[in-house]
Amino acid sequence: MTTKSKKSATKKTPKRSSKTSKAADFGRKTVRDEVVLSVKDLKTQFSTKWGTVRAVDGVSFDLKKGETLGIVGESGSGKSVTSLSLMRLVPSPPGEIVSGEVNLNGRDLLKLSEKEMTEVRGGEISLILQDPMTALNPCFSIEDQVGEGIRIHQGIKGKGLFDKVVDALKSVRIPAADQRAKDYPHQLSGGMRQRVVGAIGISSNPSVIIADEPTTSLDVTIQGAYLRLLKQIQEETGVGIIFITHDFGIVAKMCDRVAVMYAGRIVESADVRTIFNNPLHEYTKALIESVPKLEQKTGRLTQIEGQPPALWDLPEGDSFAPRSTLKFSEKDAKIRPELVEVSKDHFVQLSKSSVKDFKKYAHLVNY
Amino acid sequence: MTTKTEKKTNSKKNVPSELGCTTSTKDSIVQVRNLRKWYPVNKAISLFGKDIIGKTDLLKAVDNVSFDVPKGKTFGLVGESGCGKTTTGKLILQLENPTAGEIYFQGEDVALMSKAGLVEYRKSVQAVFQDPWASLNPRMRVRDIVGEPLQIATTMTKDQIAKRVGDLLEEVGLNEYQSNFYPHEFSGGQRQRIGIARALALNPKLIILDEPVSALDVSIRAQIMNLLVDLQNEHNLAYVLIAHNLATVRYMCHRTAVMYLGVIQEMGDTETVFNNPQHIYTNALMSAALPSHPDIDRDELVLPGEVVSPINPPDGDVFQTRTPLKVDEKHEYANSRPPLVQVGKKDHWVVETPWSIASKDMKVNLAGI
Repeated sequence: MTTKSKKSATKKTPKRSSKTSKAADFGRKTVRDEVVLSVKDLKTQFSTKWGTVRAVDGVSFDLKKGETLGIVGESGSGKSVTSLSLMRLVPSPPGEIVSGEVNLNGRDLLKLSEKEMTEVRGGEISLILQDPMTALNPCFSIEDQVGEGIRIHQGIKGKGLFDKVVDALKSVRIPAADQRAKDYPHQLSGGMRQRVVGAIGISSNPSVIIADEPTTSLDVTIQGAYLRLLKQIQEETGVGIIFITHDFGIVAKMCDRVAVMYAGRIVESADVRTIFNNPLHEYTKALIESVPKLEQKTGRLTQIEGQPPALWDLPEGDSFAPRSTLKFSEKDAKIRPELVEVSKDHFVQLSKSSVKDFKKYAHLVNY
Repeated sequence: MTTKTEKKTNSKKNVPSELGCTTSTKDSIVQVRNLRKWYPVNKAISLFGKDIIGKTDLLKAVDNVSFDVPKGKTFGLVGESGCGKTTTGKLILQLENPTAGEIYFQGEDVALMSKAGLVEYRKSVQAVFQDPWASLNPRMRVRDIVGEPLQIATTMTKDQIAKRVGDLLEEVGLNEYQSNFYPHEFSGGQRQRIGIARALALNPKLIILDEPVSALDVSIRAQIMNLLVDLQNEHNLAYVLIAHNLATVRYMCHRTAVMYLGVIQEMGDTETVFNNPQHIYTNALMSAALPSHPDIDRDELVLPGEVVSPINPPDGDVFQTRTPLKVDEKHEYANSRPPLVQVGKKDHWVVETPWSIASKDMKVNLAGI
């Protein structure tokens, strides 16, 4: 009955959307409900000498047009493998996408042939990597590297290709783009290099961009400018963005929806305000509280005890139980929890061992 | 004996006072005065001290920096990459020799120390580095990594060292039996703990923390920051925290200095600086920092241009090439370095020029929700 949380219902601050112009807002709203990417029960495994690692263990989510989804988690939580699985870039062997569906614009990417997939990669769906120094090849000019994708996907050559490259560089606000196109990566600063990586990502008008920690190696001011730029591009093109990050600051600034991953599974997902105002899973709570705040003097930080679990040796049942500070019996922890919709669009992996208000939602599950 | 040593230190108490340096020598562990580190780049070919072909450019990594590190407290250095904060840390660690300026350790000039004095200094000042993957030798076992300073600088026997290493590991939250492991057997957070244990081995008085948590996962960061705070309280340690994350600085530091192009632009008590940042650059940094809640929507103060190269920076105020305000080229501070000026009567100092102080509409609003 009282499944709808009061807090999230009262907290309505449409501040962010008021900043965009009305026309753009209207445009966004009409396309909002159109799902571009739908992932269902994705499972990716690696065979290692320690046993089978279930890096992604039944992940499902939808990404709408113009929406930004943040996938948050520690290293080893499976967030990067999720993004590689979407692109079908998991090295095989040892990796293997065991089951699931990745529907991009109505096509299941997992059923495509390798040749068809090459066209999708960098075309309909593109990846912006973390480190611009390793993502760019030092031996080729910016023109070659940005142009490669355009040439392959759009078949443009010669002068037309150069113009397209300059357009792409201009769209990521690189000054004197026609001269910069002739430069090599080492001639650009870190922020500019990251913009070039961004230009490669958006050059083919993708419907989905996966950004894997794109700003971790950047300075605060350059990071701010880059995130602002991504937002502008999104407003112009309506591209859906998946942000892979461990930084809740980026989530707060950029994302519309958040999925928190732990040990290969999504433990909680909701819109960004619900996650911040009314987190239910202990892991989500701890992640938010363990970050010092800039806005005020923070008291002693809450720390999550212990280490993330080894993925080849996951505890049976609730994998967060060993690190949870709640009181629960061993039997409770042995139950493998289900992801349940507790209120509209707010999904939580319900278990006695890691949800404090379990009683309130106990009627939703049969354990 | 005691009177003798007292006399010795007393005779050396001649640390010059400098603007913004408010801690007395008695309460300071390290005092830095007018420190400079200039690197020559593109060296000219010279004869008899004169350049014949080309011109030697100077990369002024640290340029006239003065501050005090109080005993048992944390002093923070913030700024973008290339602002000279790491070089300042290296200078204090004696990993680099300063071009000019002095570093005083408990009132004694480090440059004039005897060999024995320097050994003592090096024992008292230790470091924890950013990347726990690069800062531990992969071929050494943990007991050798943590025990190495003890082998070199003390006369302890093998058994004593083994015991001390065990104690140190327990202190940083690891187990004694792990001393036989190699670094690759640990996670990032655990490696950083090993680095901290190594720094603690010789009972230092000051630890230079160069971005100690920025390479770690968010959940592990809190563990390491709490550990550092606990160790500080327990051992009355002083820290110099070099960081670019302002939230970390606010959490850890008692005093903070904001650096830009090798020069301290704003300095003072951390809360005073964060509550009322004066310099445009400080405001710009804070406005760009990530919010802690989605409802916080700060207006970003964007500075024109990119970070300027520290090679041949302007003779006058270094900030004049980035300020959004108009620079009067005839003003004295356009051609000579402006000093730090006290804000009100608080422990708060700022470089004040007609173009460097944030006006009301530029001030960052750090209010929460």
